Amino acid sequence: MKRIYNIMATAATALLLSLTSCSSSSDSPVVDELANISKFQEMTNDTHVIELYSHLGGLQQGYNEISIRIKDKTTGNYIKNASVTWQPLMHMNMMTHACPYSEVEKVTPSGTLYEGYIVFQMAQNATEYWDLQINYTIDGTDYTAKDVIDVPASTDRRVNSFTGTDGVKYIVAYAEPHHPKVAVNDIIVGIFKMQDMMHFPVADGYSLEIDPRMPSMGNHGSPNNVAATQTAPGELYIGKMSLTMTGYWKINLKLISPEGTVLKGESITDTVTESSLYFDFEF
Amino acid sequence: MKIHFIIAALISGLYSQAQEVSNDSLKPKELKEIIVIGKKVPLAEKQSKTLSSIDEYLQKSIKIGMIKRGAYAWEPIINSMPTERTLITIDGMRIFGACTDKMDPITSYVEVSNLSEATICSGQEGACYGSTIGGSVDLKRNQNKFDQQKWDISLNSGFESNNRQKIIGTSVTYADSLLYFDTDFMYRNAGDYKAGNDKEVLFSQFKKINFSGTSGLKLAANQLLEASVIYDKATNVGYPALPMDVSLAEALITSLKWQYVPKNSMVKDWETKVYFNTITHKMDDTHRPNVPIHMDMPGWSKTFGYYSKAKAVLGQHHFLANLNAFYNQSKAEMTMYPQNPNEAPMFMYTWPDVRTFYQGIFIEDDYVFNCHSGIKFTAAAGQHSNKVASEFGLESLQIFYPEMKAQKNRFLKSLAINYHLDKPRFSYGFGLGYGERAPSVSEGYGFYLYNSFDNFDQVGNPNLKNEKSLEGNAFIELKNDKASLKLSSSYFHINDYIIAKPNATLVPMTLGANGVKVYTAVSYAVIWNAGLTTTYKLTPELKWNAQLLYTYGKDAQDVNLPFISPLSYTAGLAFRKNSYSAELTLQGNATQTRYSPSYGEDRTPDYAVINLGVGYNFKWNPCSVGLRVGVENALDTYYTTYSDWNNIPRMGRNFYADIIFKL
Repeated sequence: MKRIYNIMATAATALLLSLTSCSSSSDSPVVDELANISKFQEMTNDTHVIELYSHLGGLQQGYNEISIRIKDKTTGNYIKNASVTWQPLMHMNMMTHACPYSEVEKVTPSGTLYEGYIVFQMAQNATEYWDLQINYTIDGTDYTAKDVIDVPASTDRRVNSFTGTDGVKYIVAYAEPHHPKVAVNDIIVGIFKMQDMMHFPVADGYSLEIDPRMPSMGNHGSPNNVAATQTAPGELYIGKMSLTMTGYWKINLKLISPEGTVLKGESITDTVTESSLYFDFEF
Repeated sequence: MKIHFIIAALISGLYSQAQEVSNDSLKPKELKEIIVIGKKVPLAEKQSKTLSSIDEYLQKSIKIGMIKRGAYAWEPIINSMPTERTLITIDGMRIFGACTDKMDPITSYVEVSNLSEATICSGQEGACYGSTIGGSVDLKRNQNKFDQQKWDISLNSGFESNNRQKIIGTSVTYADSLLYFDTDFMYRNAGDYKAGNDKEVLFSQFKKINFSGTSGLKLAANQLLEASVIYDKATNVGYPALPMDVSLAEALITSLKWQYVPKNSMVKDWETKVYFNTITHKMDDTHRPNVPIHMDMPGWSKTFGYYSKAKAVLGQHHFLANLNAFYNQSKAEMTMYPQNPNEAPMFMYTWPDVRTFYQGIFIEDDYVFNCHSGIKFTAAAGQHSNKVASEFGLESLQIFYPEMKAQKNRFLKSLAINYHLDKPRFSYGFGLGYGERAPSVSEGYGFYLYNSFDNFDQVGNPNLKNEKSLEGNAFIELKNDKASLKLSSSYFHINDYIIAKPNATLVPMTLGANGVKVYTAVSYAVIWNAGLTTTYKLTPELKWNAQLLYTYGKDAQDVNLPFISPLSYTAGLAFRKNSYSAELTLQGNATQTRYSPSYGEDRTPDYAVINLGVGYNFKWNPCSVGLRVGVENALDTYYTTYSDWNNIPRMGRNFYADIIFKL
């Protein structure tokens, strides 16, 4: 439980830092909770409307920060004191499985938003789809809402799901920055283990080496990258990612176990131009 | 083509004088060298190749060399030091090139026909308009005088056979007692040149126009207001030694000057000028074959500035004070287009919008002991600051320097003292100097600037210390009515010498580059040169002259510095009688043995070339006509010099013909 709180804290802090630099000032009473996020879906049950928000205004394969609000259908008010959990589920042709996801937490005590993240390690397709069940308790009464959600494939490679050399299945997902810059970026990554089809806890104590490269420009790299590590168990991983120009970057990765062995990924050399574990994006 | 022009004569006058201003008994002796390019009127009579480039004129000075990246826009080096360590001004105005690859030295934005002279100062004597280490060149434009009402119109035209360069220009000047104006227009268009043995050097073409206008208004008997403008536009300029050419190099240089010459005052001359110039430079690789990745590399440089300079005489003291400042914006970008057209272009700032502000003062006191000796003190101090104005650019550089701040302030000082004794048959002088300079924009803030000479990407370093130079110089001259012999030498001990060194941990950006160099400072470097100049009058009409130059340059680790000339020599015979002139010159270098492999240099073999030129002035009513024809590299030698970028061969045999009609 504590781990999840830590993840939440990190994610929330990172989100706040990157999205609303002014929200920490306590003397500003009016904070636009919906700044930088847009609503992409509503789920309804008999009593409530559940609004789903993200910075993209939608979901995509990979790591997604999702905010929700619960509106009382009769009063039209947003519920501020609910406790919320969620359960994403992939319905494949032959089976169902879950994915890594966080607890859902209130963003601010007085606000209406609840927030967490879900890592969709695969996209939907014509016959296979994700749905999301939201369970919440208000003043001791349990409610639930459930709907199919739209998780298209991402154009960038934002998530890797693989079996490491230790035989364990891992999921490595790119969380931030949403908008990379020509600068030293703080890169935030989630690393999860697949315990079983329904449980994907955070993998603790690993390290993720990053080597950004531009394949269209002689596969040149960038200096002063720092491997992503955790500051405490249960948290997302934070590292430094230097990008020296705009364009298409491939972020080559190596996942290192707590014991120091390489679980996945290769070092880039003249002959090895890409790692089997990577993210990519264009900006 | 116009071969009949060339055959027509075999006389000459490759004749630019390294002339020192004659010293009358009350004036201080000028130690600086002045290359007289030619006043409007004497231009036709004095010079042989009247329409040669300004670079060709400048490199006749023993202090000046030229780094050549093509047929056009050579980079002057003074005392073996390139642009960062020198100060090149046009009428005292600071101008900064807009090209990260130094394809546009300031000298490329003026035409020889605009200029009357170039004042070359070695070392700290050149600190009048700002800080320098190696020295300075001030390019002085023609200045008209208030006079009886008079129009002067002339038409210049020239042709060079080797690169089929066509030159056409006009000059219109007007003066009366209250007003004058001076306009000058020049157009050049050249194809590729051919090195010795008829080997064509691809991408060495160029085309340029240049307009210069100056207008003066007499405000009072001793006050003058002068406005001036230079517009220069070069297009389709090939740089055979570089991987890219230039599609546009455009400069607008403007100034307004107020000059006051008090009568019966201690202050003899007070001149104040405000100026503005803007340069746009666009590199271009669209004509090159096999470009692995197409890129746009535009650069901009804008400079505002002023100076206020006064001369005063108090007893035996001759004072000069110059208060000057400039504000420069240098910005350059690189956008690379991947071969996959669906991929986003790659963009970076190679100069991150750097704003440089300098405010300084220069003071000189020339104390004349008596009619033949004196001592000169100069001192300068200035406040220098750089600020990275682009957030994008700052964050880019913070990849390398996480602690870097946007602004950096520096204080620059200079001090020099020179003694000289000048007797009719014998003179000597010696001096000491100390000077500092701030790193250039590229050295401090360059971001992945590709240097095709050593094949490294170079990254600036905002934490560099000021470069500090301690210099000594001396000369001795013997002369009589027929002959003169002058030996001069300069020595520079440069502390915190700024140079780029490889950093093995960095991966180059440029395709095929060897690595990345980061600007750093070696503890010190030493540059020493010694020159011998002799003249001998064989007959009143025939004069022999020769120059010999030895240069030495090493850093603290005994590594050779780049662009250090091997032993070089020039010898010439000049003939002048009535309207005829002729000159024969031999110019050569010994083998470059002390080259610097770590900066991309290799051994350059020795060479010698012969030039021959003749001139004839005649009256062809209503015009006076000056005709100059000649041949350069007469033996069509295939050669390259120590300062040819990537060993590009120099021009082979070239016949030229210049003609000036003057109304």
